[in-house]
Amino acid sequence: MVVSRLRPILEDKGAMAGLGVILLFCLMALLAPWIAPHDPTTQNVRDAFQGPGARYWFGTDEFGRDVFSRVIHGARPALMIGVFSVVLSVVLGMPLGMLAGFVGGRFDTAVSAVVDVMMSFPSLLLALMVVTLLGSAPSMVVLAIGISHVPVFVRLARSSTLVVRELDFVAASRSFGARTGHILRRHVMPNVIGPTIVMATLGIAGAIREEAGLSFLGLGIQPPAPSWGNLIRDGVNAILHAPTLALLPGLVLTASVLAFNIVGDSVRDMLDPHDIAAAAAKRDRAR
Amino acid sequence: MRRFLIRRLLSAIVIVWAVATIVFFSMRIIPADPAEVVLGEHASAESLAAFRRQAGLDQPLLAQYWDFISRAVVGDLGQSLVNNAEIAPQIWFVLPYTVVLAFASLGVGILIGIPIGVLAAVRRNSWIDLASRCFALLGFSFPAFYLGVALLLLFSIWLGWFPVMHSIRFGTWAEHLYKLVLPALSLGLIQAAYITRLTRSTMLEELRKDYVRTALAKGLTMRRVLFNHGLRNALVPIVTAIGLYAGSSLGGAILTETVFNRPGLGKLLVGAIAQRDYNLIQAGLIVFALVIVAVNLAIDLSYGFLDPRVKHD
Repeated sequence: MVVSRLRPILEDKGAMAGLGVILLFCLMALLAPWIAPHDPTTQNVRDAFQGPGARYWFGTDEFGRDVFSRVIHGARPALMIGVFSVVLSVVLGMPLGMLAGFVGGRFDTAVSAVVDVMMSFPSLLLALMVVTLLGSAPSMVVLAIGISHVPVFVRLARSSTLVVRELDFVAASRSFGARTGHILRRHVMPNVIGPTIVMATLGIAGAIREEAGLSFLGLGIQPPAPSWGNLIRDGVNAILHAPTLALLPGLVLTASVLAFNIVGDSVRDMLDPHDIAAAAAKRDRAR
Repeated sequence: MRRFLIRRLLSAIVIVWAVATIVFFSMRIIPADPAEVVLGEHASAESLAAFRRQAGLDQPLLAQYWDFISRAVVGDLGQSLVNNAEIAPQIWFVLPYTVVLAFASLGVGILIGIPIGVLAAVRRNSWIDLASRCFALLGFSFPAFYLGVALLLLFSIWLGWFPVMHSIRFGTWAEHLYKLVLPALSLGLIQAAYITRLTRSTMLEELRKDYVRTALAKGLTMRRVLFNHGLRNALVPIVTAIGLYAGSSLGGAILTETVFNRPGLGKLLVGAIAQRDYNLIQAGLIVFALVIVAVNLAIDLSYGFLDPRVKHD
């Protein structure tokens, strides 16, 4: 059954390419110390501002550190923060949204009001505020980005719950005397989890972008530890000496965000019943 | 209409007040002591106490809160902790830069996004449609600040068409406009991606409706049907979404201003965070909230003009 559900994605060339790129980045993060040609933080001032070449593929920065090795190590904070912050927002947001949608009434009104206000603020601003208050340790960056994405998952879970709540099997379960918690777990959650997975995949893309943004502002991963954001920052600061310094780390960053977006989009096509016809058409064209 | 306006205004005021309150109290529960941050670890106990007295930090929390709110209402946002300068004039100075950037990028987004979106919907599954989807996907994936860096590299460093440094304290209108091009493009292209995707899907939905067939059947030109009927109906969801992006676009402005070294609310805020000037951070966040609430209010009011069926009561 799993295979038949996964078939559309296995036949979607774009999604497979996206998955391949994600896998590559995961391997890069896991094996960073073994595959990076140089140490990411060792300074070698004599080789400062070397252009890209055979010895330093992406060139070197003002301290003569190998940018390629720093990019490889930068995959670690990007993926870790991307994944963990989204897990945090799902864990906080999904139950809250389900409960608000299911219980309704004043509780729902209050939750929705807070969510609406939070949604109207740029998530970067919320993340900035959290980092300002709590500091820039990686765990705090996870917290900052995670919290700023909670409203998305609350709203999503709430709207899916509103649909399920009215269905007969929920009424039947309740008539058997099932408690709210049981109904939420057994009947509501399976229907909420699909859209949430889609949103989480796209959320990882957003979180990676946001981590890079925070680090670019100097408020995320702190140097000398490499992150794609602070590599771009170093590159911009030296843009007159070494124009390409910012270009290559940014391309890697964009590629990873793109990969998660492509996979998220195709999972959405797969799960969205309205689009099953479109997905089938897409499959036929691909053949 | 008047009742709607009053209710909407009241809720806007409540939101700004709530944000101001949350920001105020969160700035006071932080573990760091502002006096120590400003004066350094080795400051004497007397100078710390003097600083707290001068900044009003020795008052009870509620007294500080009351003082802060009652001043903020009349536009007095207090003084910078770092250099004692009045905050409100600093914000008034940089705010226009951010607002201009936000509007300019929104303009770029609309001018590119809506035509491409309409075209992609009309020519569904053509090469234009495919290109528009690739464009949207790229726009979703390019961090706006990195796009800014790429534009800076291409147009300023390699082609030399634009200056690298964007200090715009003085200058004529033309110069301001000239220096606005790259920042507005880097934010606007990203917004264009969102607007393209949304316009395409809303237009597709509209074009399937019966009134379109009727309009075509009675002999109206395709162009007329598209723009006077289809697009007009599609505009409400599009404007709603543009309102939602206005917030994130202001967020993107924080990064874009830093890339182009352009004065603005975002750059002020980032500078304040770097210096741990908590009063300035507090004021910056609240003004951000004010701007976003104002934008949302404007969007809500625009529905009545865009779609006469929307009646406010």
